[in-house]
Amino acid sequence: MTHSGLFRFAVCFGVAVLLTSPAHRLAAEAPSPDRVDFVRDIQPILTARCVSCHGSDEQEGSLRLDSRSIVLQGGVSGPALLPGEPEQSLLLRRVLGLDDQERMPLDDEPLAEREIALLRRWIAEGAAWPDAASAADAKIRAHWAYQPPRHAGLPQVKNAEWVRTPVDAFILARLEAEGLAPSPEVERSRLLRRVYLDLIGLPPSVEEVEAFLADDAPDAYERVVERLLASPAYGPRWARPWLDLARYADSNGYQADQYREVWPYRDWVIRAMNADMPFTQFTVEQLAGDLLPEATLEQKIATGFHRLTTCNVEAGVDPEENRVNQIIDRVNTTGMVWLGTSLECAQCHNHKYDPFTQKDYYRLFAYFNNTPLEVKGDGVTYDFIGPMMDLPLAEAQKAARLELQSQRDAAQQELDAALAARAPAQAEWEQQAAANLAALPANIKRIVNLPPGKRNKKQQNDLTAYFVGLDPAIKALKEHVAALQKQLDATQPPTTLVMIEDQPRQTHVLRRGEFLNPGEPVEPGVPLVLHDLPQDAPANRLALAHWLTDENNPLTARVVANRAWAEMFGQGIVATEEDFGSQGEPPTHPELLDWLAVEFMRSGWSQKHLHRLIVTSSVYRQSSRVTPELLERDPYNKLLARGPRLRLSAEMVRDNALAISGLLSEKQDGPPVYPPQPEGVWRHVGRNAPKWSTETDDDRFRRGVYVFWRRSAPYPSFVNFDAPDRAACVVQRARTNTPLQALTLLNDPAYLEMAAGLARRVLTERAGDNAPHKLDYAFRCCVARAPTEQELRHLQDVHDRELSHFRANPQSAKTLLGKTPVDDLDAAEFATWLLIGNILLNLDETITKG
Amino acid sequence: MSEFLPTLSRRALLQGVSCGVGSLALGSLLAQDLPAANQPANPLAARPPHFAPKSKSVIFVHLVGAPSHLDLFEHKPALNKHDGELCPQEYLQGQRFAFLRGHPRLMGSKFQFQPRGQSGLVISELLPHLATVADDLTIIKTLHTEQFNHAPAQLFLHTGFGRFGRPTMGSWITYGLGSENQDLPAFVVMITGAVAGGGNSLWGSGFLPTVHQGIEFRSGGDPVLFLSNPPGLSMTDRRRTVESINQLNQAQLADVGDPEIAARISQYEMAFRMQTSAPELMDLSQESPHTLAAYGAEPGKGSFANNCLLARRLVERGVRFVQLMDEGWDHHGSINTALPKKCREVDQPLAALIQDLKQRGLLDETLVVWGSEFGRTPMLQSDREQAGRDHHKDAYCVWMAGGGAKAGATIGQTDELGYYPTEDPVHVNDFHATLLHLLGLDHERLTYKFQGRNFRLTDVAGHVIQKAIA
Repeated sequence: MTHSGLFRFAVCFGVAVLLTSPAHRLAAEAPSPDRVDFVRDIQPILTARCVSCHGSDEQEGSLRLDSRSIVLQGGVSGPALLPGEPEQSLLLRRVLGLDDQERMPLDDEPLAEREIALLRRWIAEGAAWPDAASAADAKIRAHWAYQPPRHAGLPQVKNAEWVRTPVDAFILARLEAEGLAPSPEVERSRLLRRVYLDLIGLPPSVEEVEAFLADDAPDAYERVVERLLASPAYGPRWARPWLDLARYADSNGYQADQYREVWPYRDWVIRAMNADMPFTQFTVEQLAGDLLPEATLEQKIATGFHRLTTCNVEAGVDPEENRVNQIIDRVNTTGMVWLGTSLECAQCHNHKYDPFTQKDYYRLFAYFNNTPLEVKGDGVTYDFIGPMMDLPLAEAQKAARLELQSQRDAAQQELDAALAARAPAQAEWEQQAAANLAALPANIKRIVNLPPGKRNKKQQNDLTAYFVGLDPAIKALKEHVAALQKQLDATQPPTTLVMIEDQPRQTHVLRRGEFLNPGEPVEPGVPLVLHDLPQDAPANRLALAHWLTDENNPLTARVVANRAWAEMFGQGIVATEEDFGSQGEPPTHPELLDWLAVEFMRSGWSQKHLHRLIVTSSVYRQSSRVTPELLERDPYNKLLARGPRLRLSAEMVRDNALAISGLLSEKQDGPPVYPPQPEGVWRHVGRNAPKWSTETDDDRFRRGVYVFWRRSAPYPSFVNFDAPDRAACVVQRARTNTPLQALTLLNDPAYLEMAAGLARRVLTERAGDNAPHKLDYAFRCCVARAPTEQELRHLQDVHDRELSHFRANPQSAKTLLGKTPVDDLDAAEFATWLLIGNILLNLDETITKG
Repeated sequence: MSEFLPTLSRRALLQGVSCGVGSLALGSLLAQDLPAANQPANPLAARPPHFAPKSKSVIFVHLVGAPSHLDLFEHKPALNKHDGELCPQEYLQGQRFAFLRGHPRLMGSKFQFQPRGQSGLVISELLPHLATVADDLTIIKTLHTEQFNHAPAQLFLHTGFGRFGRPTMGSWITYGLGSENQDLPAFVVMITGAVAGGGNSLWGSGFLPTVHQGIEFRSGGDPVLFLSNPPGLSMTDRRRTVESINQLNQAQLADVGDPEIAARISQYEMAFRMQTSAPELMDLSQESPHTLAAYGAEPGKGSFANNCLLARRLVERGVRFVQLMDEGWDHHGSINTALPKKCREVDQPLAALIQDLKQRGLLDETLVVWGSEFGRTPMLQSDREQAGRDHHKDAYCVWMAGGGAKAGATIGQTDELGYYPTEDPVHVNDFHATLLHLLGLDHERLTYKFQGRNFRLTDVAGHVIQKAIA
């Protein structure tokens, strides 16, 4: 890496300088026979080789090697020095590369043997370290994110009138310090659309915009906010980012990428969002719902969170390796989602930058290490067998199922009896059959020719099946049983994946992260650098979940508040939402982040409260217009002197267009749906691969959160708008701007169907209006505001031009409309409006929250 | 158009734009009047490499399922000699197999090998056309991987990591070098047969910006998803609608001033150009009958031969990374009939590709690679009638041609069963380091910061195989 290259250079340079110092030269030429002297012999080694990472500038692992007291007290790995006991001292052990840890100095040449010998002797002799040679007042600078958030007082601002909520005070104080003024408030129609998209992920209808514009009450906006927070459409909107974190998908991943039934978990998240379940409870139920006393069905469904890991069922897979990989994923995901920390590095060695040790990693691992294998194989065929739970059926379904079961059992008994009655005749039939081979199918002929003793089990079974099948009564009975079984299978209760505790296992540090290479044993526990577990905490996931949402946890509330902020403004107060460590971006407004975190906890960890705090602020209500000056001063809008303007997420682009076209189905819950997608997107290697069967009813138009998510090939138009594959936890989606997005909105048949929907709306709902009024309506359906005169004139030109084109080319109109039912509408007009709908759904403003 | 002239100066608008997720090219519409130094950052604009490159583009062929190196490039007389004998125990220690059970027997190759060309490179009779370009190949006989199952090993081959989430070679390379053609994607994938188990992640961009992901060109239907206009809409009609969209977007840009809108406008222009350039590219009827015959390509058909010819057309147009995936090489059984069949599908087109590139003076700047996720065992799987070979990860063969690779060189030697490397083992990280090196990229400097760490294609390892470089 670049870093290590530079580092290496710096170190070499340091050595070169030291070699010219007389003391060092002496030491180098003839190691002193008398006692090792710290200043003469040891300090040069530490200075040259250690303190660039463990000194005043950086304190990797919370260790400084320029201060005696800190060395004795130690960093995250414990005391670095035990005077008199060199072999027990970490300082020596680490430069030797013992304890399964990477040898120090990291990414650099090892210490010379002579240097190591000096260190050993010095420690053995008692590690004398004169005070004068120890850095005075040396402190470990604790990283901000590991300090508890504090509710600082609100900052003073000049323009106090602008401040609606405390959020505003923090932002304005910084703007004033920078000599910037906030932007004016955005037009009301745009504001309404912005808050609709942020809170429920759907645009306001034309009527809702009109009602809002007509509402002069001072709390008109706040009432809208409350209505949206209470809307059932809120859940699907806010479940989406959580499902990215949870790596929710409807398939296993890897070869074949088979269907897995876990959608009840997705519906649980949506219900929890709608109910504003406190984030503490939301956490506990997902991480450890199964361990709660008298766990309810819902609490068990919630544990699907950590069952969403990928699972490989390819031939020859090692089920234990698969299980270990899943636990690694669970630890990494937990770190990212709650701690805003990538723990992955610590899988193989102590974290290089943040104070997390490899032992910390495997202590967390131990919490998850009691889960069963999820793959079973016979050596050739492997299947997914992870723990799943049946969901209860409604009473009527249950009764119908019982009835079917008894019918099936009765039919089976009848069949068994008939088979038993027929069995004695087989031997005789075989003799006859042997005499008349020509009448037999080839495979049966082969079996009949074998002496009975030479037939294997399968051959014997095949022969019996053929023989009994000759009897029409038995054949009919068999078909009857099969038909009943098929009906019964169709009424199977849905299942969902859940977490359970299996056998307790001893966890070991895995050397270099390899599952076949266990090192020292460890017990469940939390990273030492963070707050302690309660004394009486049990060693299970429940304790971990409580610890994550403990008020003393410095990270969780900040991390959650930051993600909510980022979802609204496009970037977090900490821009690196997934990394609150020393390598992440520092917060742009640290006091605001702390204030939000504390307020979030104070509200009982209410996510809706957090969202309310943000959307009712003056910061949020600013216009998103960009002046050249602002663009130059703050291109990424980190200071927030303007409102957010962001392209919608993949699912929202589609949900928004469905709502505009009047096609949207707001139906919730249930198995994933298959909206139209091009042929040939699903054509994968493997056994039991799922098949795409396009919905023909309203399920075509369900919200994106319900669309079948296949990891190896997610819904293509979502992929084009930056949806991840959900094979692993994703904290931040990219937001790109590409030609494929243009092609999707222009040509995807799904979007043409929506354009036709908008055309039909305009032509039926505004049948009596003239073209300009119709255009005005269509435009407002898409972007909430009325078109400007210029825009209207341009659209009028498009309308007139296309209408005369389609009047002159009726065949083009007919082809474009395709299977769209035209009813009693004029085809040329319909085609014209379809094209106008296509243009409007493609506008940057339509796919942007502005 | 005039009524929508922006009220803001375009230059003023662009000054604030720098590179980052979301700000792609501000296209011709806005950028044409800017001096070069003020051009906004386009993540796909061509960028200089770290040092003088040997190669400008890559055609990476992935034989999905893993062909048997022991029947194609690795001639092992000892294996033939011990055919049918029990496999020596030392080869089974600590090994995992997908299907082999008990004490498997060795299986020699049924196919004839002979030295080819000046280099004397030994190639089996299954690849007679490739044999004619033997002197253009650089073969690595000791590639080894860490993954043993298909999907993880495929991920390892493309991303250097056995689980999901990392960027693929193609996306690293376009991230490093951008593209020479702004009318076509920088990284194109073409597939014959079923999609490999690793799925879209085998051309995904991982944590790199998604503009660097591979775009699949399909042989049936639209070459790029959603490329063609709906029935009833001609290109002239489409031009009118795109112009309308852009004019309305222009009005919005004038009002709110967000440079993302300018980017959006240029993306619609590029989409429209792609609607012409991609079908033009895919139209093999423009090729001479001689060329078509050389590849065995047939216009309008989906075949590996067509994809090879298309790959040439892509690199000719400045596309940086072309990835051909051909599925059907997982020969656990019937290897003696299935392998020759698969070889017939790829042998002639690959040889033609190398010759064609050479004739056009493109082979010097195009690296062609034959790769797979692993190799196959010298042990017999199943009975002799159904003979197959199991997965083998410790040594297998890949080759390179052109692009600064050392023609005629053989890297590495294996033991008498072709099982373990005995000389110059090459890890996938080393292989990646070498590919990047040929493109003028230092694998230790091509980094991307994610989650607080600088990631590389080669993780924390990898050495350039100097012997493989001309």
